[in-house]
Amino acid sequence: MDSRRRDVLKKGGGVTLASLLVAAGWLRPGDVLAADAWNKAAFEAKSLDSTVKALGGSSPAQSKEITFVQTPDIAENGAVVPIGVASAIANTTAIAILIEKNPNMLAAVFEIPAGTEPAVSTRVKIGKSSNVYALVKAGGKYYVAAKEVKVTIGGCGG
Amino acid sequence: MADPMRIRAKVSGSMTEVKALMSHEMETGQRKDSSGKTIPAWFIQDVNVMWNGKNVLSAQWGPAVSKNPFLAFSFKGGAKGEKVQITWTDNRGDKRTDEAVIA
Repeated sequence: MDSRRRDVLKKGGGVTLASLLVAAGWLRPGDVLAADAWNKAAFEAKSLDSTVKALGGSSPAQSKEITFVQTPDIAENGAVVPIGVASAIANTTAIAILIEKNPNMLAAVFEIPAGTEPAVSTRVKIGKSSNVYALVKAGGKYYVAAKEVKVTIGGCGG
Repeated sequence: MADPMRIRAKVSGSMTEVKALMSHEMETGQRKDSSGKTIPAWFIQDVNVMWNGKNVLSAQWGPAVSKNPFLAFSFKGGAKGEKVQITWTDNRGDKRTDEAVIA
């Protein structure tokens, strides 16, 4: 009986803490860039606008201060395409990589704490020739830049 | 348990450059096996990089990140002999933490 009571207390306590955090504005529902939990909605979104929305922003502005580094114009193997994104926008707090023609656009979101360079490199899969978007969150606003990557062998067939 | 990551951390000027290669299938959930059954998605969802108890990068990934993911970035600070620690968690709840000494 005692142990059951503790279970109830634990569960109750958990819910209360989470809702308190939401109420206090520490955990904003739907804001991946502030919350710790994996943002399912953002990773399942199928367009740029709905991805940005799921990330907690709206209509990103085009920016020339976002640059692609070590990103090829033509990728021979779509399964491994190096993508590097650097942002020169002040107070950049997050960088996301999106691939327009993949089944789900969002590939990765990086949170950049103060003291870390707003530049990240990784490798992604690109199904077919597509625009790659670099989405940057800076000072609470969203910015975007695009680059076309042509793929000669797709990355999603195996 | 997955294979260890390969992590390299190197001081360059006032920055420390971190490069990591993780060992993971990163299955998309879009592919089918020879009998036509969909292979379930299996990929790293969260990545966290710590230096001296401070978070220097965190990431959320989808299945579009390549197999055996690569990650490179730089942070301010860091000295030879200090440690950089990387943890990932995949969608099955598996976790792995590895660390490297800054060179």
